[in-house]
Amino acid sequence: MNAAIRRFAQSNFMYSFGRDKVAMVSFAILAAFVILAFSAPLIAPYDPYDQTTIDIMDSEIPPAWQDEGEARFLLGTDAQGRDMLSTILYGTRISIIIGVCAVLMQMFLGITIGLVSGYVGGRIESFFMRLADIQLSLSTLMLAIVALAIFQAAFSAEAYSDLAIIMLIMVIGFAEWPQYARTIRASVLAEKKKEYVDAARVIGLGAPTIMFKHILPNTLSPLLVISTVQVANAIISEAALSFLGLGIPVTKPSLGSLINSGFEFIFSGSWWITAIPSIVLIALILCINLLGDWVRDALNPKIYKEK
Amino acid sequence: MALLEVKNLGIEFPMRREVLRALQGVSFSLDAGERLGIVGESGAGKSIAAFAIINLLSKPGRINAGEILFEGRDLTVLDDNAMRDIRGNRISMIFQDPMMTLNPVLTIETQMIEVLKAHREISDNDARKIAVEKLREVAIPSPEDRLKSYPHELSGGQRQRVVIATALLTNPSIIIADEPSTALDVTIQAGIMALMLNLCKSHDMGLILITHDLAVVSQVTERVVVMYAGRVVEEGPTADIVTHPKHPYTRGLIAALPQEGTAGKRLNQIPGSMPTLDAIPDGCAFHPRCPHADDVCRASVPEIVKVGNQFSRCVKATELAEENSL
Repeated sequence: MNAAIRRFAQSNFMYSFGRDKVAMVSFAILAAFVILAFSAPLIAPYDPYDQTTIDIMDSEIPPAWQDEGEARFLLGTDAQGRDMLSTILYGTRISIIIGVCAVLMQMFLGITIGLVSGYVGGRIESFFMRLADIQLSLSTLMLAIVALAIFQAAFSAEAYSDLAIIMLIMVIGFAEWPQYARTIRASVLAEKKKEYVDAARVIGLGAPTIMFKHILPNTLSPLLVISTVQVANAIISEAALSFLGLGIPVTKPSLGSLINSGFEFIFSGSWWITAIPSIVLIALILCINLLGDWVRDALNPKIYKEK
Repeated sequence: MALLEVKNLGIEFPMRREVLRALQGVSFSLDAGERLGIVGESGAGKSIAAFAIINLLSKPGRINAGEILFEGRDLTVLDDNAMRDIRGNRISMIFQDPMMTLNPVLTIETQMIEVLKAHREISDNDARKIAVEKLREVAIPSPEDRLKSYPHELSGGQRQRVVIATALLTNPSIIIADEPSTALDVTIQAGIMALMLNLCKSHDMGLILITHDLAVVSQVTERVVVMYAGRVVEEGPTADIVTHPKHPYTRGLIAALPQEGTAGKRLNQIPGSMPTLDAIPDGCAFHPRCPHADDVCRASVPEIVKVGNQFSRCVKATELAEENSL
């Protein structure tokens, strides 16, 4: 185990990380967001889910640095009188959970389908790849809107608000599997021509072992690269759906539903309800994408940056 | 009874317009502990014959005739499970390029233990012990440390030794080696071939060595099968074939060795090149390149005939043999 850690610490990957200031700063900001978001119940000054602590008299108080601001609400309050700082912390947590879980689901579906399509080929491959083509020709949001609208109509509002997170993960996860399936399939097609695959078959290993143990590890670099982009996309999709009122309900807001909930108050001067969560969302996505850029360069042996 | 007997094997590749015959009526056999060489130019069907034995023909290739008997069982009709039990367990295979046959992202240990686990109920520790022992047999220094290495940390020769050790793990009764030394330096080649020879002798293991290098064949094997355009054209004891080739093709191959040439002159060569599978000539496939060809050769495919200790697929085999001995 120690040897593995040492190997990782001395790898080119870590060397390149230590040399890339953008990567380090993005990673630091991202890490800060994740840590703050997941320790929200410990550090948030208020519990936004607890209706009893919310006082409607506190609504629309601007951030503390403004003239009318109050020290007890650092980033102000929203229209219902919830502390923005606490709500954003909790909301970021929900956004990250949905983003990561949706990507895990995309990976699971995409990797399995891509590996099998690439390795087995023939009709199975044609079927899944055409399915992927069809799905890619419809936009993710369109699929998600249709699916979520049906879910919302099918369940009662309360049942829906409990299931919202799971529904979003499923919908976003299912909508984007072709990205993984196509990437994996392309790598598998290149890998399966190599002799080590023949050698593994000659050894007498079965197809599942060869696919998951021998070919999959050789396709991890492109996977890692698209994963970063996909997490960012999933968070954006969730925010967009929530903004449209199809995602997370306002009682347990994510970043998207927070932005949405403040939207109608912008013209009455309460800009912070929309602006601050938007800034958090943009910073989060930007950091993930910058890290993704760096991962793509670091894992690509053809790009060797002199720095 | 022979350990492995290939009888009248035919392999075809159905393509869009036509059916390409990669092998036609190929027969040879291997006794326990015997070392057999299969020789021929690229495209003669050597490797396809080897892949057919372990039932791993690449699509759309299929066996359309003949049988492959291993310990009396016909491998061509075995189902996948039964075949997996033989492949890598009783019959191992070594490939040409050791850079490619080891998975670059798994340690040697993982790859070796996996072979044993695929064929036996065995604990990781016991498997590791066997792996170390086999690495020691192929003369890898400090085998315990090497187990932890990744393939890129080893040299080409060492990698091929690891590949050989992996093939030995299950104590197979036959090893099929498809040009095992072609990708290596000449000096390392000699070392690898000497190692293979010793291992076969000490383990009483059968070897099918596929190569186009007659020098290697004469060092290692006891019998040789010469293939041309999907057929066996000559077969016999290595010593006889190398010194007294009966088929004009084998003669051409041997005459083409650099040491057979005369200093200051061009090296001998067989004119023309091997026909592609969609253009195999009628009659004897070799006749367009053969210095002795006449109308008989163009008319029909010659039968294989016995000449001395050898078998030759040439209508003029006896004639040529006499001429040769003069």
